[in-house]
Amino acid sequence: MSQSTPAIELIGIDKRFGAVHANRNINLTVAKGSIHGIIGENGAGKSTLMSILYGFYHADAGEIRVDGKTVTIKDSQAAIGVGIGMVHQHFMLVENFTVLENVVLGAEGGLLLAKGVSRVRSALKQLSEDYQLEVDPDAVIEELPVGLQQRVEILKAMVRGAEILILDEPTGVLTPAEADHLFKVLRVLRDQGKTIILITHKLREIMAITDTVSVMRRGEMVATRKTAETTVEELAELMVGRRVLLHVQKGAAHPGAVALSVKNLTVKDSRGVTMVDNVSFDVRAGEIVGIAGVAGNGQSELLEAIAGIRKPVSGTITINGQEVSTRTDPGLLRDLGLAHIPEDRHHMGLVLKFEEYENSILGYHKDDKYLSGPFLDLDAIQEDAKAKIEKYDIRPPNCRLKTANFSGGNQQKIVVAREIERDPKVLIIGQPTRGVDIGAIEFIHRRIVEMRDAGKAILLVSVELDEIRSLSDRILVMFAGHVVGEKTPDTGEQTLGLMMAGIAA
Amino acid sequence: MSAQPGQLPPFVNYGVMPLLNLVVAFLISGIVVWFIGESPAEALRTLLEGAVGTGEGIGFTLFYATNFIFTGLSVAVAIHCGLFNIGSEGQAYIGGLGAALVALTLGDVMPWYVTAPFAVVGAALFGALWALLPAYLQATRGSHIVITTIMFNFIAAALMVYLLVNVLRVPTAMAPETRIFAEGGQLPKLGWLLALFGLKIGAAPFNVSFLIALAMCVVVWALIWRTRIGYEIRTTGINPTAATYAGINYTRMVVIAMLLSGGLAGMMALNPVMGASARLQVEFVGGAGFVGIAVALMGRNHPVGIVLAAILFGVLYQGGNELSFWIPTISRDMIVVIQGLVILFAGALEYMFRPALARLFSRTPRSGEPAVAKA
Repeated sequence: MSQSTPAIELIGIDKRFGAVHANRNINLTVAKGSIHGIIGENGAGKSTLMSILYGFYHADAGEIRVDGKTVTIKDSQAAIGVGIGMVHQHFMLVENFTVLENVVLGAEGGLLLAKGVSRVRSALKQLSEDYQLEVDPDAVIEELPVGLQQRVEILKAMVRGAEILILDEPTGVLTPAEADHLFKVLRVLRDQGKTIILITHKLREIMAITDTVSVMRRGEMVATRKTAETTVEELAELMVGRRVLLHVQKGAAHPGAVALSVKNLTVKDSRGVTMVDNVSFDVRAGEIVGIAGVAGNGQSELLEAIAGIRKPVSGTITINGQEVSTRTDPGLLRDLGLAHIPEDRHHMGLVLKFEEYENSILGYHKDDKYLSGPFLDLDAIQEDAKAKIEKYDIRPPNCRLKTANFSGGNQQKIVVAREIERDPKVLIIGQPTRGVDIGAIEFIHRRIVEMRDAGKAILLVSVELDEIRSLSDRILVMFAGHVVGEKTPDTGEQTLGLMMAGIAA
Repeated sequence: MSAQPGQLPPFVNYGVMPLLNLVVAFLISGIVVWFIGESPAEALRTLLEGAVGTGEGIGFTLFYATNFIFTGLSVAVAIHCGLFNIGSEGQAYIGGLGAALVALTLGDVMPWYVTAPFAVVGAALFGALWALLPAYLQATRGSHIVITTIMFNFIAAALMVYLLVNVLRVPTAMAPETRIFAEGGQLPKLGWLLALFGLKIGAAPFNVSFLIALAMCVVVWALIWRTRIGYEIRTTGINPTAATYAGINYTRMVVIAMLLSGGLAGMMALNPVMGASARLQVEFVGGAGFVGIAVALMGRNHPVGIVLAAILFGVLYQGGNELSFWIPTISRDMIVVIQGLVILFAGALEYMFRPALARLFSRTPRSGEPAVAKA
């Protein structure tokens, strides 16, 4: 009953998936013409809540009010009908259609295309003037940079008359410069009276752009704050439920001999496109070398080539003085002391249908200590798994639980425990904290630094520039398959961001 | 996007749901029977009585079930490696050749218990070899195993007819079949086993193969869930990318899993060839390879489930035979319809009732909580 009707009111929203209570009695008020951030760890219920608002799920109980009127949102059409638009984390665009065709899709307005197309074309023109959302309507999506693709998603929502825009982790795929530009656009939208809900787990973004922020934890809405009146530390504590250390504590590195050496490495992906182009670098024992870059610039293929999963076209890889570049045999590399925490734990690092203990030996299942003859020594394996669960505080502490039932952070800990506990000499890590909650991030970062201090050579790939900067002793920047430069970790974000975008070398 | 499926308690997943599917399949079959003017209750009574009403009926039911256990295991092992082996039919057919060759040679000079182990190996070996080429093509060339194994079924059928007509036939006989095996090439009946339960086996060809099938269930269980190879097979089947990451060789796994699958299918031949007819005949497999797909599906690829599903299909086979005998208006084709309905509901529509059951069982624990009023 304040000065104006809120854009959205959620009252007592409750949602269960079987035994999981995803949303507990959520109340949320989003003021019209504001940018409202929603933060929370993975599995806190942010996505579920937004999916309810957008009609993907139905709440078991509770009420949704848009502009003061109670509405029932049974599907995404209904959501668009009441003026709610959504920009998904993974774009829902037809890659080989033009911008215009993508925007028209689903809003053709009749059997013949011509009328709808010309209507949308003029609408796009109007929007680009009103909100600085310029994009060439005749460009083909796959030829546009990611930032512009995202803009097309926003335009899709706007053309359909969205007054309320939900953005789910919008900056995950963007360079810092692109993210800044997105924020500029969002501010313009807000100033024109649109309401924006921003879902993210990045505290920095919340502080940079939102007016109000709501924090979710374990399915509950634990706090709502004016952004100007809160701090990063307070928000982190609210998210996790305890005090957390946001900065990695580490001393100086003491690099030793070269443990991993990559020379003139060229790798192609499965389509035959050169993803890593003549790359050379060394990683010494006792140092962390970070590879910064926007996703898709060859980091994944580089990691896979070093791990023996993808066969390089040319070049050499040397591990502890032994050349292994022609061997695509991950098992052999493990025996040489290479451990690999893969970028994608769901598709590569874990078999989600397996019980936890079965995953705790993946890749090391040929070790004698886990076998008795041709049989698995289940007692030894489970004892070992239990020890790791305890040491890495994996929750719930049950090695017989199906891996899919662990949270993202705990799944990642299963992988980290498995790879680190083998005491490797060279550790290659991809996206160690993607989709991992703050508490686990802190833990995993500490383990990585401990490994370095124990004299291991560590190669770290991450799209989180903050992570690269806080963990690495040296930073290599990758762009379009090339290493475009080496920097120290105190290099400004701006400089690295430009290098990642291929602008300055 | 639909709601996430909730976790169902095991007794629902493995007990209530298959039972519900079965009941629905029988209900619809009942309607079909009613449409053609017969009493569904009478038909059901005849079917069950024929299948489990007498010692002889049970003997026949278990004889058929033996076939389905072997082929069900065969399909299941391949599925654990992510492969859909449609070729159990052909592998069993060729397996029969292996069993027959042992029975025709060793069986003439040795007692059955000496012949049997060699026959098991012979049948398995021939079945496995028939699966080798499709496996190799799948692993190295990406030729889809479903297509290649189907084609190998046709090749097997043609090859066996050729061999039986031109090579193995008794020169003076008209029928395309081998001579009758000597005593040492036959597997003895299990009359004593039924006698333990006070049942008479009668003319039923229920034989030692059943015990071999049960032994294979234990072997498959141990192999898949207790050995390193089984671990590697399951990893490959569930998540091939993770298998590559773990240094598990895809080609090797596909070949091993298909050899095992083909070997199990091959062993199925022991039952009809050495246990029942005591000679190799054309088309002795009679579709058991395909039934194995349904059995594996319904049995959740687990040996215990496979035995239960195999017995169910044994009941349908034997009961169906009785049904078409006693109620002639319910023809052989009708029986196939009923079996088809069971496969449809237990296999293809396996998860039809899942959302409803999930709702039912997720609702139970929340009754104690205060409900928030819905506006």
